[in-house]
Amino acid sequence: MSVATYFMEATYLIASILFVLALRGMSHPETARRGMFLAEGGMFAAIVGTLVGAHIVTWIWIIAGLSIGSIIGAWMAIWVPMTAMPQRTALSHAFGALAAALVGVGEFLVHASEMTAVTRGALGFEVMLGALTTTGSLIAAGKLQGIIHGKPIQFRGQNIVNLLIALSMVSSFVYFWIHPEIVAAFYTMLGLAFVFGVMLVIPIGSADMPVVMSLLNSYAGLAAAATGFVLQNNVLIIAGTLDGFSGFILSVLMCKAMNRSITNVLFGGFGAVIAEATSNAGGVMREISLDDAAMQLAFASRVVFVPGYGLATAQAQHAVRELAELLEGRGVTVKYAIHPVAGRMPGHMNVLLAEANVPYSSLYEMEQINPEFPSTDVAVVIGANDVVNPDARDNPKSIIAGMPILEVDRAKSVIVLKRGQGRGFSGLENPLFFKPCTTMLYGDAKSSLSHLAQAVQHV
Amino acid sequence: MNPAVLIASVYVFALAAFLGYQVISRVPPLLHTPLMSATNAISGISLIGSLVLAGAVHYPLFAHILGFVAVTTATINVVGGFGITDRMLKMFLKRKPESDPAQKAVAK
Repeated sequence: MSVATYFMEATYLIASILFVLALRGMSHPETARRGMFLAEGGMFAAIVGTLVGAHIVTWIWIIAGLSIGSIIGAWMAIWVPMTAMPQRTALSHAFGALAAALVGVGEFLVHASEMTAVTRGALGFEVMLGALTTTGSLIAAGKLQGIIHGKPIQFRGQNIVNLLIALSMVSSFVYFWIHPEIVAAFYTMLGLAFVFGVMLVIPIGSADMPVVMSLLNSYAGLAAAATGFVLQNNVLIIAGTLDGFSGFILSVLMCKAMNRSITNVLFGGFGAVIAEATSNAGGVMREISLDDAAMQLAFASRVVFVPGYGLATAQAQHAVRELAELLEGRGVTVKYAIHPVAGRMPGHMNVLLAEANVPYSSLYEMEQINPEFPSTDVAVVIGANDVVNPDARDNPKSIIAGMPILEVDRAKSVIVLKRGQGRGFSGLENPLFFKPCTTMLYGDAKSSLSHLAQAVQHV
Repeated sequence: MNPAVLIASVYVFALAAFLGYQVISRVPPLLHTPLMSATNAISGISLIGSLVLAGAVHYPLFAHILGFVAVTTATINVVGGFGITDRMLKMFLKRKPESDPAQKAVAK
């Protein structure tokens, strides 16, 4: 081995260590940023190491790729609004997976004849996972951006069609593995993986996106790890595995928060139930006027805000913080209750509220805040629905039965901010809205909140 | 790949998985979105594989072009991922010193 190669390997080792330290820093907001600087340093070192030690001769493609990528990446980092974070993350899963898949195709082009059976196996995994994650993430991003309709796209015999595609994909993989000289088998596998990614995500509704995002995160990481096996490169295996496991852990947490089994999710939307309208909740929804709502809030001593995806669509995070500060100025204790699957990706609500300068010490997780609802005067639900649906707790027949919820119905009174009388994404009726303690404040969440703030000032 | 290398790789994979589980279970739900974009940026390390494809000796032109696309998308992930993670993490710290009026004013 030459000196340059030793140098390259040393940078890889350093990068691996720094990546692990970076993720350890993520255990607290205070240390997280410093940790990410370490990871950036590690990444830089590994790139320099590769350029020095990997016998690069053609620079034009590298310089072009690095420049274009940096420009687009920097543009995304600076200009993407926090409300668009789920779409951006889905897109980045697609990009990461595409890079892995393309490296796999490149390896196949160059080294197919000299590959051992083990390498071919890893290559198959890399290309399949990479390709299906690419198209799957693109569909997810399209749904989150609203380019594709958020409702599940389902048709008769979908399970059978998907199963056939999956089986053909795996058989072309096996065929390629046994006969590496047959090029068509490899490309059939690649094409089917692209199709399978689309089929996997279209039947899944927007409300299930936190699970899908985590799962795609995991697949993208595992594709990178498989690349590491193909290229015999340990830093790729380590970084890919860390990413893959992070996504896997998040998937498990999201599943628990929705009371769905991991197998249900691993098979994507295969078992997705079309929500049937179980309207055992009847009665009238009582509307409340802005002034009455402001009065309730102003004279409360404990208020809990419960944000949901509606907060993100209305971009109401700043408005809610302004209202909260006014209330705090009047001596009201204000807390925020965050359900793990509120929004469209893990941690979505926390990021939005942090953007609006809400201190993280007033954000409470479900287990912490639930015991406090009985002593809460007013719970304000902002564009959240299923995560506060008492049917999940009380009605064993409900399709969300067993899903842990924020028990806002135990608060003394509840104000629900909602765009209209519709049922929201899951199509489920929410008995919370008909409870005697609940009142509804219709309208765009952002304008409702800023009007509430004005009204509170005049109380 | 000879068996010794394969075994070593499996060791690395298993230990990384174990380490990942230990480290990531400690991340609070508060930081789950930054975690996702951080791990995404980190797995942009597949950039180093793409670099080889795009520029190494004895590779055909088509491989270089595939490598170029891969370098581009991986770089988007690395630059965009780290950039946006940092932007998010900065937000979590913005109001940490509760009694720092200057910082509060800037944040507003």
